[in-house]
Amino acid sequence: MKRDLSLPIDGATARQLRVGDILFLTGSIFTARDEAHLLMLEAQESGKDIPFDPSQMALFHCGPVVSKQNGGWKVIAAGPTTSIRMELFEDKYLETFRPPIIIGKGGMGDRTQAALESVGTVYTQYTGGAGALAAKRIESVEGVEWLEELGMPEAAWFFKVKDFGPLLVTMDSVGGNLYKDLEPTIAENMKAVMARIEAG
Amino acid sequence: MGSMTIQEALLVALKQAVTVLPQDVVNALQEARERETSSMGAAQLDAILENVAIARDGSIPMCQDTGIQTFFVEAGVNSPFLKDLRHWIGEAMIQATATVPLRPNTVDPFTGKNPGDNSGRFMPLIHWELVDGDDVLISILPKGGGSENMSALKMLAPGVGMKGIKRAVVEHIVSCRGWPCPPTILGVGIGGGADIAMKLGKKAVLREIGSRNAVPEAAELERELLELVNMTGVGPMGVGGETTCLAVHVEYAHRHPASLPLGILVQCWADRRARVRLNADGIAEVISR
Repeated sequence: MKRDLSLPIDGATARQLRVGDILFLTGSIFTARDEAHLLMLEAQESGKDIPFDPSQMALFHCGPVVSKQNGGWKVIAAGPTTSIRMELFEDKYLETFRPPIIIGKGGMGDRTQAALESVGTVYTQYTGGAGALAAKRIESVEGVEWLEELGMPEAAWFFKVKDFGPLLVTMDSVGGNLYKDLEPTIAENMKAVMARIEAG
Repeated sequence: MGSMTIQEALLVALKQAVTVLPQDVVNALQEARERETSSMGAAQLDAILENVAIARDGSIPMCQDTGIQTFFVEAGVNSPFLKDLRHWIGEAMIQATATVPLRPNTVDPFTGKNPGDNSGRFMPLIHWELVDGDDVLISILPKGGGSENMSALKMLAPGVGMKGIKRAVVEHIVSCRGWPCPPTILGVGIGGGADIAMKLGKKAVLREIGSRNAVPEAAELERELLELVNMTGVGPMGVGGETTCLAVHVEYAHRHPASLPLGILVQCWADRRARVRLNADGIAEVISR
């Protein structure tokens, strides 16, 4: 089902989203990849303040190309990065910072799935490589954190977006998982592939 | 395109590579879209094609990961410019990073520092090959990290034979799921040694879609592997569908009797490439694709 959502969204709304839903987001999102995840978790542990509230935004696994123009920032390309790299710490990150929506690509593992269920977050897939399309839906850059330490791809960027999508929900908060649903079909197909190779 | 200096041509080619997808890849994506029976897979291909058009029309990078640029240089031994090429390529890289712009992607493995201009130790990567004549042909392959992470080396036991190679390739592609941004282009390097198999695989990625290895057995393996990987149903972006790979290209070398190295180079759908030719008079051109 197609859904237009305005961020921030409440916990109940996020909990209702299901695998197969297609979302278009309007509002504030922020980027965080490997290094920003680690930095934020370490800052939290050592009692430092995080300068924004991730629970009010969508978390975007993305390392954008951003260019400085007329004293401000302009997004050139900003598609999703491969989410599975963040599997190492995403469960802890979700439990600590509670963003209601993740935007990434390729899906994540069992630890993240469990955290989606306990926190009430959904994982959505944006088409990988669609960096120019994504940039078109980003209205403005609201700010950036840790640019100096982490560099452009790994810094946390804050974007104001309009109709940002299509975002396909592929992992939800009630155990739904599109990638897992596909596995029996692929396993069945692999039997045919292997039989064909054996037959030469 | 008209003649220009090598510096100009490298800048034009670097921009072209990341903003305009070669027509053979666009055609293959369109054919995949026409064949696609999964609605979710089709939606992924629609978004890719729309994205490719936006990037081309606006001269902006089609993907935010503009990659780490690998240059394959076929250097004519009689070219008077051999000693300058590394410098020119390095300078063009830094300039293109600022002007296209490209994402600064080079990171020091020890300090984590990013110099911000795509320079660095051994950067940009250059593979040199000496050839006859006085022309220099430079192929540029900006390769994203997501698909490079899915590339693999398998040191197979020679006893598994060609069947073992086919099994290993299909099993690997299924294990990659949607992570390398399928539909992908596979470069398969066979033989040589561990390093050569990987390098041959990467060179295979440079080939145009629709081209076939000149050796009939290798061409047949390309055809068969493509059919096999597309039977798996992984589909565009791993959400299920008909097309997991757009093309499979095989390159090979003779091997040690005890070794069967298999390099599987995975290239995302954004199979970005560009070529520059430099002649002995110092006139350069970007070769149209």
